[in-house]
Amino acid sequence: MNRSDRYQLNKELAQMLKGGVIMDVTTPEQARIAEQAGACAVMALERIPADIRAAGGVSRMSDPAMIRSIQQSVSIPVMAKCRIGHFAEAQVLQAIEIDYIDESEVLSPADDVYHIDKTKFDVPFVCGAKDLGEALRRIEEGASMIRTKGEPGTGDVIQAVRHMRKIQSEISKIVSMRPDELYEAAKQLGVSYELIQYVHENSKLPVVNFAAGGIATPADAALMMQLGAEGVFVGSGIFKSGDPKKRAEAIVKATADFNNAKLIAELSADLGEAMVGINESEIALLMAERGK
Amino acid sequence: MLVGISAVQGDFAEHAEIIKQLGAEYILLRRKEDAENIGALILPGGESTTQRRLLAQTGLYDVLSEKIRTGLPVLATCAGLILLAEDVENETPCFGTLPVYVCRNAYGRQLGSFSAKGNVGKIENYPMRFIRAPYIKKVLSDKAEILNETDGRITAVRYKAMTAFSFHPELTDDLRIHEEFLKSACAVK
Repeated sequence: MNRSDRYQLNKELAQMLKGGVIMDVTTPEQARIAEQAGACAVMALERIPADIRAAGGVSRMSDPAMIRSIQQSVSIPVMAKCRIGHFAEAQVLQAIEIDYIDESEVLSPADDVYHIDKTKFDVPFVCGAKDLGEALRRIEEGASMIRTKGEPGTGDVIQAVRHMRKIQSEISKIVSMRPDELYEAAKQLGVSYELIQYVHENSKLPVVNFAAGGIATPADAALMMQLGAEGVFVGSGIFKSGDPKKRAEAIVKATADFNNAKLIAELSADLGEAMVGINESEIALLMAERGK
Repeated sequence: MLVGISAVQGDFAEHAEIIKQLGAEYILLRRKEDAENIGALILPGGESTTQRRLLAQTGLYDVLSEKIRTGLPVLATCAGLILLAEDVENETPCFGTLPVYVCRNAYGRQLGSFSAKGNVGKIENYPMRFIRAPYIKKVLSDKAEILNETDGRITAVRYKAMTAFSFHPELTDDLRIHEEFLKSACAVK
């Protein structure tokens, strides 16, 4: 199979995830809870972002044995994270036939200049982006799905909101440009003219765009969907809460029918303790600043 | 005729775009009251486990199940095929109205996803996209018409007013399958 068809199939897998919730899980048991609650995919990792943040130190790709045990326990797609720029970790994840690799700022970056050349891989990649330029640069490198970077492990949705709004408003700006202005826009964002032209003509990214980072409640999910996200990642928000099963189900339902305020009111009632959360301004380490 | 497109999860927007291009009216189904006046149904690709839960919880399952049983024309792709199947490997069926035995993720993980070209019923040389696709291991009725076999595996069938595919016509810009579906759905009406 040629590269471009493989890339197309990888973008199409992300299209199948749309309208869904991708949940961070650390054990096969959590993976099954997520699947039964209606998750459209799971992210297998040793520690959820809130614990990574609390533990400090270098955070790496998870143990392949642990990832395999999760692959064996569910039928939905399984994703896993590698460090930014760590193409050898990505090769390992491809070798165990992961469905999606997240080249993630949640782990300690392995390279402070270069991201992974994702066009060299057969498995798809999702990457984080704070703005349109970052999103298109990752797509140029071969990412077949984009998510906001948010601020993982905080339960504070402010950064995910900021990134989603920024990407959407920058898209609108490109759409409204005269054709001769597109060349300059490409130069300023550091991306190819073809990608800018695609955004100009289609008013959207050429790949699916999810929200991630700090989503902890059904209303958070609805907020991100109404701001234009095509689905959501929920990390620490579920398994750091009082009643993970109930919260997981509620977030799935809120994401599916995100304009239905009456439903979201019902879903938000008696959910138990939400994850405690840290305000963006209270944290020392801004993970979203990793990789540009 | 109003086409209802199940929109609880998956690539429903891609189906909607094609229906719009073909000049038909559609409604995205998120709540049971959305399905009241539909004359045809599309079950899109996505995750079947997610979709079946949400269909049940929203009450759409009951409404749609009744309509499908009484002859509502259905176009089902990938996850939609799994939802319609009478028998699913290692799983209890959802609507269970299409006499086929289906295996989920039958080609393995994402690395097993592929594309092919072939004839689908009378439609020649159709581009087929298989994404973590299921396939039909066995057809359970003589009346079910096999529309495509790729590499010796059944990937498309028609039975009464239902047409189901393990691949994704909504991911191509070839509108022939949707066009044929709309034509036959109008004829039923």
